[in-house]
Order: sequence, then structure tokens, then C-alpha cells
Amino acid sequence: MHLLLADSGGLAIFVQQLLNGLTTGTLFALIAIGYTMVYGIIELINFAHGDLFMLGAFLALTLMVSMGLAGPVVIAIPLSVAIFASAPMFVAAYGVGGRRLQRVVPGPSWVAGLAPAIAAAAVAFVAVKFIGPTVQLFTGSARAVIGAVAIIGIVGVFCAALNLTVDKIVYKPLRGAPKLTPLVSAIGVSFVFMGVGQLWKGVADINFPDLVPSENLFAKPGLGTELKGVTVEQEAKGFKRGDTITKVNDAPVTEASIAGIVAAQRVNADVAVVVDRGGTPETLKLTIADAAPIRFTWKDLLVLLLTLPIMAGLTLFVKYTKLGKAMRATAQNPTAARLMGIDVDRVIGATFLIGGSLAGAASVIYGLSINTVSFQMGYQNGLYAFTAAVLGGIGNLPGAMLGGILIGLIRSLGSQYVGEKWTSALVFAILIVILVFRPSGLLGARTREKV
Amino acid sequence: MRLQSIRTLAIIAAAFVAGLACEAKKPAAAAPAPAPAVTNPAPKQDDKIIKIVSSLPRTGSAKAQTDTIVNGIQMALEEAGNKVGNWEIKYEDLDDATAAEGKWTPEKEAANAEKAIKDLDVMVYIGTYNSGAAKVSMPKLNQVDLLMISPANTWPGLTKPGKGEAGEPEKYRPTGKVNYTRVVPADDIQGVVGADWAKKLGAKKVFILDDREVYGKGIADLFEARAKDIGLKIVGREGIDASAQEFKPLMTKVKDADPDLVYFGGTTQTKAGQIAKDMVAVGLKVMLMVPDGCFEDAFIESAGADNLNDRTYVTFGGLPPEKLTGKGKDFVDKYKKKHGKEPEGYAVYGYEAGKIALKAIEMAGKKDRNAIREACLKIKNFDGALGKWSFDKNGDTTNRTMSGQVVKKGKFEFATMLGDED
Repeated sequence: MHLLLADSGGLAIFVQQLLNGLTTGTLFALIAIGYTMVYGIIELINFAHGDLFMLGAFLALTLMVSMGLAGPVVIAIPLSVAIFASAPMFVAAYGVGGRRLQRVVPGPSWVAGLAPAIAAAAVAFVAVKFIGPTVQLFTGSARAVIGAVAIIGIVGVFCAALNLTVDKIVYKPLRGAPKLTPLVSAIGVSFVFMGVGQLWKGVADINFPDLVPSENLFAKPGLGTELKGVTVEQEAKGFKRGDTITKVNDAPVTEASIAGIVAAQRVNADVAVVVDRGGTPETLKLTIADAAPIRFTWKDLLVLLLTLPIMAGLTLFVKYTKLGKAMRATAQNPTAARLMGIDVDRVIGATFLIGGSLAGAASVIYGLSINTVSFQMGYQNGLYAFTAAVLGGIGNLPGAMLGGILIGLIRSLGSQYVGEKWTSALVFAILIVILVFRPSGLLGARTREKV
Repeated sequence: MRLQSIRTLAIIAAAFVAGLACEAKKPAAAAPAPAPAVTNPAPKQDDKIIKIVSSLPRTGSAKAQTDTIVNGIQMALEEAGNKVGNWEIKYEDLDDATAAEGKWTPEKEAANAEKAIKDLDVMVYIGTYNSGAAKVSMPKLNQVDLLMISPANTWPGLTKPGKGEAGEPEKYRPTGKVNYTRVVPADDIQGVVGADWAKKLGAKKVFILDDREVYGKGIADLFEARAKDIGLKIVGREGIDASAQEFKPLMTKVKDADPDLVYFGGTTQTKAGQIAKDMVAVGLKVMLMVPDGCFEDAFIESAGADNLNDRTYVTFGGLPPEKLTGKGKDFVDKYKKKHGKEPEGYAVYGYEAGKIALKAIEMAGKKDRNAIREACLKIKNFDGALGKWSFDKNGDTTNRTMSGQVVKKGKFEFATMLGDED
């Protein structure tokens, strides 16, 4: 206990890095699910998945502009709750809609692929042209909440339809082919998506509007680094080094009392302070700093609030619903599943739909929390997500989630205790070590033995 | 069967790791290849024309910057009527970047150099933009005495003995002759004035980051050395992985070290914007200083102006367009009239490089690569857009004017002149 107290700064930073790792890790996990689901069903590593995620983020960005959401709007709980409530609904909707879609379109697979392709294009077009301006009719936080929910839904449907298109047009004709053939095709699709992204938004990094406030939930008002007691240490916004603060909001302060007075204010609030500069008092504006040891923002909360229920919901879905059961059966043995009367093609289609919608949801959450999108984001994040899937045992849903969170943690703790430049190497080194001892990943063997 | 496929997966994953590693460690200076011009079967010179090529990253986020450099070069040539003596000057704009990378690649730069070498009408090679790219093309062009004029390279090791790594700059000069010149001051000055400026701004504890590229790491090293000399405390130093998408864990660590200024040696293309953004995201609202690789609007666009305003300081190895005087001001005015917008920071260096190319050809008086190279190095007291300056024996400009910018309301604003005192 003594040791813990003595080292409280170190402990705080450790907890902080755990939180950092957890939030990015759940994002990796959400993408990893898309890899692992498809692999579980048809043993194909869908390398285009990461780039699908990128296209989703680009559509979200375009939608934000059309909805006039480019500026920061203060919304917090309503947004999280609204998205939280709507996300499982969308997952269910894609399942139902997708099955109908497949039923109505017979004929060769490339023809069947046209339907979702048209659907994806129509969703994107209608959303940007009509839904965007409609959302603009609202103002303030109503606009932000409605907009954000609409975006996550639209992007989810768009990505789901696009993923299904790729399956119908590219992967389905290759279903019986040697495994490397669809794999190489997947890499090809990935390049096509990257090319589309490049034409769409260019090659530079783009700032994604900061919709969710990055205020600290555990904020504790205190003195900033530019102040040491009442003495200004650092030149900023009118303050000069060596200035002495004599009054805060008209109340006189001393070296001993300033901390208490500041602690009574709100973080980021502006207070009027008077500095004594060689006898002439001058009134300046001071922004109250955040002195909390741990920083956990609305953004971080949003990521957890959205990803964890989606993952839990999906696990339950696969475990308890009829379609979920059919998925597991197809994963175990497609031929036997077919003999049992399961429409394997429909199951595969549903898998692509759900995987795609998760990529779409992940892309919006990613954009809202990381705030930068670029056409290369799919490659890098997809690589980590794929690694997460392999680490956890590819084909295994809880494995992908575990793998994603582990990679997030390895990255954040590695950055703190080993060095930023080693983080990528560390992730893959740990992957190799784990695969040496558990060749089928952390949770991989368990499902296999069930057979 | 299943186990087998998992093994295959592991192999694929390993292959990816290898791929990543290759990407991270791009071959720097390729071994000097024998000059292909000699082996070329029947290259013919056209005695009516002289070609000038430039090799700059024309795709990717540096494009806005290189667009204005190319405009600058073209304006210099147009002013001379695209003629020197009886020769017609033809200009070709080569790209050393690929769309897939979004920045320069060693392969493209090497190919550009080879192309220039094989075309016997090419007498001047204007480039490169990135110092790492210069390392690739310098040894190749050196072997055929082809004059290089860089409008933007700032790594000191390219020209200055003892200021770069071991073996620099000799390894870029296989023939022992100097063929590389630059119209922009090198980083041994920029890193130093950056540290001095940081101290003047009231910084005491500095955390230094770099992108592990030639330019970024180089300038961060120089900044660090100077910062130590003038009594700033270095509270940490880290190299980033420029292909990473976010740096919150890193910035958390930086915040823990409690600096009052963060220095990032890197460019817009190596995630300077994300660094600025994640500083704010983890609640670290201290000063951020970056070198001239971030002195472009793309940096502000990628970071989001709110994340930079009033706390971001940019050093630049020259003067911003609005502070130029005399011929420099004339150039900016003409540029605005012709292109309808403000030139970026490096436009005037492109213009000056174009002028120098013409001057060297004129002084040589013959279409001969070696004569033009020699003539260029003899240029003294050149009265150009950057003031009156000369080349020293290493091919460096004698100009030492630098400036500091601060980001205010989403725009770069001139803050101070730097480095005049020494």
C-alpha cells in the first residue's frame, strides 16, 4: 500500500495507458470481427475489409459536410445514448433486408451483385443529396444527434451493401477455386477500394470534424504548466514571464491561496486575473487547466459505449438466433450444412452484410474519436485488425475481440515503457511468440475441438 | 487441414511483417551504379535546345507546395523568354512520388535521375524536395557531372563535411567533384535557431520527437544538441512510426514528462498534424514547434486549425512570401497576378533555382554538363529574389535569413526573424 501511494504518478500513467489501449483496442476488435467472420465461414482472408472501412469513413465525412456538421457542437450523453440504442437495430435490419435482397435477385452472381451495388450507390447518393439538407433543417445539438445517428446508419448500410457486392461479383464465382485465388482477388479489391478513396478525397490526411467533446469526465480544475503558484513561468496570451498574479476574479490571491481559488473554478473556464507588471496592474484572461491524473473523455466513453454492446450483441446473435446457428453450421462444414437444408449462399451473404455493417459502424466511431481519415487508414488499421484476428484465433469471434484489445494494450503500454518506435515490432513479435506456442491463436483451438 | 491453414496464415502474417519492415527501412542511398549514359547505344544531342528537368513530389500532400515551386521555375524561364543565347530552354516536370505512398519513393527518384542522365539534352536537374531523395539521385548525377539545384533540401550532410553522418557528403560525390547546390539554407542553421527561439519563448523543458527520416531526425538532432548547449532541459526523445494512425499513448507519455514545449522534427506527410491533434486529445496544451517541412497549408488542414492556433511555432529557412523585399516582392506580386493566389513558402526558391540554372548556362556559354556545373559554383553576389548571395565551395548558399511563424486563426503569421545575430 505504501509503495502504491509513493508511486501514484506511475500508477496513474499505467491506468491512463490501459484506458488508451482499451479504446483503440476495441476499435481494432470491431474491424477484426469482419475479418474473422468471413474467415470462419469461407476461409477467405478478406483483405479488402480494411479499405471498406476507409470508404465508410469517407462517406461519413461527405455526409457530415452535407449535413453542415463540420463545426464542433457540444453533445455528449444524448449522442452516445442515441447511437447506442440504434446500433443493434441496424445490425438486425441488415440481416433481414439482406436476406430479402438475395431472394429477389436470381441468376448469375454478377447480376445478383448488381443489386447491392446499386443499393450502395443509391444509399450514398440519396443520403448526400437529400438526407443531408434535411438534417440541416435542425439546429444545435438536435442536428448533431440526428445527424450522427443517421450517419452511422447510412454508412453501415452502405458498407454492408458494398461488401455484399464484392462477395457476389468477386468471391462467389471463385468459391470452389484453390484458396489462393480468392485471396489474391481480395488484395485486388483492396487496391481498387484504395484507388476509389484516392480519387474521392485525395491522398492527404483529412481532418474529421470534432463532433464529440474531448472534455475530461474526471476533470479537476488546477493551475496550468505556465503558472507556478502566482508566478508566470511561460509566455502565453498576454502573460509575460515573471508576471505575478495578484487578483483572480477581483479577489486578491497569494502564493498559498491561489490553488484553492483555482480549484473552485470549472476546467476550461476563463477567469479574469490581474497581474502586477512593474507596479502597473493589468487585467488578463486565464483559462483554468485540468489537473486530474487520469483523462477519460466523452470520446473514449463513446467508443466503449458503442463497441462493447455491438460485440456482445453479435456474440449473442451468433449463439442464439437461427441465422447464427446456420452460420456456425456453415463454418463447421459447409457440405453437411447444405445437406441439413441450410441455404449456405444466404448465410455467406448475411456474413458479408454483417461484417460490412460493422466496418461501417467502426469507421464512424473511428472518425469521431481519432479525427483523421486518409485513404491509407484502411491498410494500417486493417493490418492491425487482421493481426488481432490471427492473435485471437481466426474464425473465432471472442478471439478477435480479445486480440484487438490485446493489440491496443500492447501498443499503448509498449509506447510508454519500451518506446514508440518499437510498438509495431512489439505487436508482431508477440504475435509470433503466441503462434509458436498456440499455432491456432489464443482462443482458436477451442472451437476446433468442438467439431 | 484446419491446422495447416492456420500455419499458412501465420506465414502470411510473417510476410506482412517483413513487408512492413521493408517499408520502414527504405534503402537510402543506393550503391552508385555505373553511368548508363556511356553504355547507351546512340544518344543524340540536339544543339538547338537545352533541357532543364525538375524532380519533386507531385502527388501527395506536398503537391500544393511543389505546384508553386514548379510555377516559380516556369516563371523564371518565361522571363528569359525560354531562351539562353541561341538555345531554346525546354522544361520537364518529373514526379518522384507515387500515389500509393503519398510521398516520394527511392525508386521513383532513382528512375528520374536515370532518365535525366540518359537524355543528353538535360543540362540542369532541379531537385529534390526531400533530403532523403537527394541522397538517392546525388551519387548518380555526380558521375555524369550533371548540375543539381535544390530549392528545398535542408539536410546539412548533403553538402557540409562534419555536419552530417560519417562519410557525408563524400559518399554522394563519387567523382570528388561538387555537382550539387542549393538555394535554401541548411538545417544546421534551422535546428539551431529553432532551439534559440524556443528558449526565447520561455521554454525550459523540451520533449523532442522525430519521424525517423533523414530530414526529420536530422533537424531534431541538431535542435537537441543546441537546446542542451543553451541550457534547455530535454525531458524526453522519441522517434515515431510515421505509418501509425494515432499517437495518444505516445502523447500521454510526453504529457507525463511535463514539457513546456514539444519539438517535432518531421513533415506534414509524416503525421505532424496527428501529433498536434493528439497532444490536444490527451490534454497537453503546451507549445509545439515544427520545422519548415510543416510550413504549408496542408499541415493546418490535416491538424485542424483549432488544434494549432496560438501555440504552434514554425521555423522556416527563409522568409515567408509577404516579407520578401526588392526582387522577391516583385516575384510575389507577379505570381499573384499570374496565378491568382498567394505562393506557398518555397515558390520563390523554385524561382531562384530556375534563375540560377539559366545564369549557369549563360556563364558556361556552351552546352556541356561539366562546364555548366563549374559555372554554377562560380556564381558570386547573385542579385536575385532572395537578396544578394553567393555559392560557397560546398554548393551552399551564403544566405542565412530565417524566419519564425506562429499559427493564428488557422493561418501562418510571421512572428520574428531568426538567426540574424550569428
